[in-house]
Amino acid sequence: MSDTILEIEGLTKVYSGGVKALDSVDLEIKQGEIFALLGPNGAGKTTLIGAVCGLVRPTSGRIVAFGKDLATEWRGARARIGLVPQELSTDMFEPVKQAVAYSRGLFGLPPDDARIEEVLRSLNLWEKRDEKIMALSGGMKRRVLIAKAMAHEPDLLFLDEPTAGVDVELRKTMWAQIDAMRARGVTIILTTHYIEEAEEMADRVGIIRDGRILMVDDKSAMMARLGRTEAIIDLANPMTELPDAISRFPVSLESDGIQICYRGGDGTGKGKAEVADLTKALTGAGIDYVGIDIRDSSLEDIFVGLVERKEGEDA
Amino acid sequence: MSFNFRSAWSIYKRELWRFLRTAFQSVLAPVLTTSLYFIVFGAAIGSRMEPIGGVPYEAFIIPGLLMLTLLGETTSNSSFGIYMPRFTGTIYELLSAPVGVAETLVGFVGAAATKSLILAAIILGTATLFVDYTIAHPLWAMLYIMLVASSFSLFGFILGIWADNFEKLGIIPMLILTPLTFLGGTFYSLDMLPDPWDKIALANPIAFLVSGLRWTFYGEADVSIGISLGLTLGFLAICVAVIAFIFKTGWRLRE
Repeated sequence: MSDTILEIEGLTKVYSGGVKALDSVDLEIKQGEIFALLGPNGAGKTTLIGAVCGLVRPTSGRIVAFGKDLATEWRGARARIGLVPQELSTDMFEPVKQAVAYSRGLFGLPPDDARIEEVLRSLNLWEKRDEKIMALSGGMKRRVLIAKAMAHEPDLLFLDEPTAGVDVELRKTMWAQIDAMRARGVTIILTTHYIEEAEEMADRVGIIRDGRILMVDDKSAMMARLGRTEAIIDLANPMTELPDAISRFPVSLESDGIQICYRGGDGTGKGKAEVADLTKALTGAGIDYVGIDIRDSSLEDIFVGLVERKEGEDA
Repeated sequence: MSFNFRSAWSIYKRELWRFLRTAFQSVLAPVLTTSLYFIVFGAAIGSRMEPIGGVPYEAFIIPGLLMLTLLGETTSNSSFGIYMPRFTGTIYELLSAPVGVAETLVGFVGAAATKSLILAAIILGTATLFVDYTIAHPLWAMLYIMLVASSFSLFGFILGIWADNFEKLGIIPMLILTPLTFLGGTFYSLDMLPDPWDKIALANPIAFLVSGLRWTFYGEADVSIGISLGLTLGFLAICVAVIAFIFKTGWRLRE
């Protein structure tokens, strides 16, 4: 049995002004995963989410969720999908618990106080249940939106920029909460500007730009394929050319011969091992050094590299 | 076609809650305005006017005043009901839910119509403080008020979707509905108008609504109740068709 719960084929959206927000997007989402959709502003992330959630009418293409075509069997499919929008859009005068209970009823489910309490407690909102949403902090308002999306027990949850404008501490709390949702079996698709967020949470990553999916892969596979290690070795004495002892390494001489720069590896730790060998080779050749600065490329580096490469190809 | 009662009930309940939240201004303002009409046109001026068709003037104006409030409040309530979620962005929840046109209409329009019926009952109750009147066909009156409230709730719903700013939201009730209701025989019978204005007045569709309601109150009206009823039902059908079209195409709802 296929574990694909969302299948998007050739999805295109051209807005009335002629802007092509999505261009033949193909995407498959597997049950139980956290999928991060990365892309610069205007890349088409929110349009893609909107098309699946019924906010945007696709120009062409097909979306199948839980085996149901969204064009014809939208009721059954939408009942299993939740959406947390990017904007803090909710009736600010409504008390928290009432707002969450409304969302549950809107999706056709019977009232269930125990379930509402469970959702509110899981998001640390239970103590605020009788407060008007307008009285809450920005982070809490965002959690209310998550609670509203969780109220009808969705199997697939879209989080559009879930931690935008949220401070670092609260962002980490929300990551833990999103992780807990996944543990309960919810499949999560999130868009984010914070690459760190995708790096921390996602199983798979998709990169979108100008309405086209540039790449979709397992995060670890993507890091292995496109990742790099960079090490800067500060020499005790400058040199004019690289010695033969280290010519087999991908190194270059920089900063007027006072630094050796290593760029290599594959994002799986191979680079670090090679840097260790490099230092041994330097020691063996009698070359003294006074410091080493080493870092692995992040998903952000890969993302920026991919997007910039695409821009270069387009130019 | 399936219908989700729980979804419709949730929307209905929430809309009524919004109404009750602002009940003071929602109820007090129209009741105060109508009371002023009763005092000025009924008690003060009405006592010096001749009865119209055998109905004392202060009683004659009750259906017209009721219609004036009903049309304005129903249209405004309904248009605000759907415009505000569009304006604030909260409509995303409705659009992403397994909710179709039927549930949406029952929820939003049903709530707007209910609010209007509550207002109508309060206004009629208020009228008894100033005027001595009886309703000839109470059941017909109730049905007709419900029909008008439903039709103009649908109309308001269309306005709320059409409007892309607050100015547009207020234009139709203020600049079209209110003047047409005033000129539609609220304070006079159409046959009191000189020729050709009595004929021209029949081009005003609101005149048929006022006339229809007046028939349910006093058993007599400017035009036949059948025509008034037919026109109201026709208007209701047109509004339903327009809303069905809006949901089918997603006009102003889905990008």
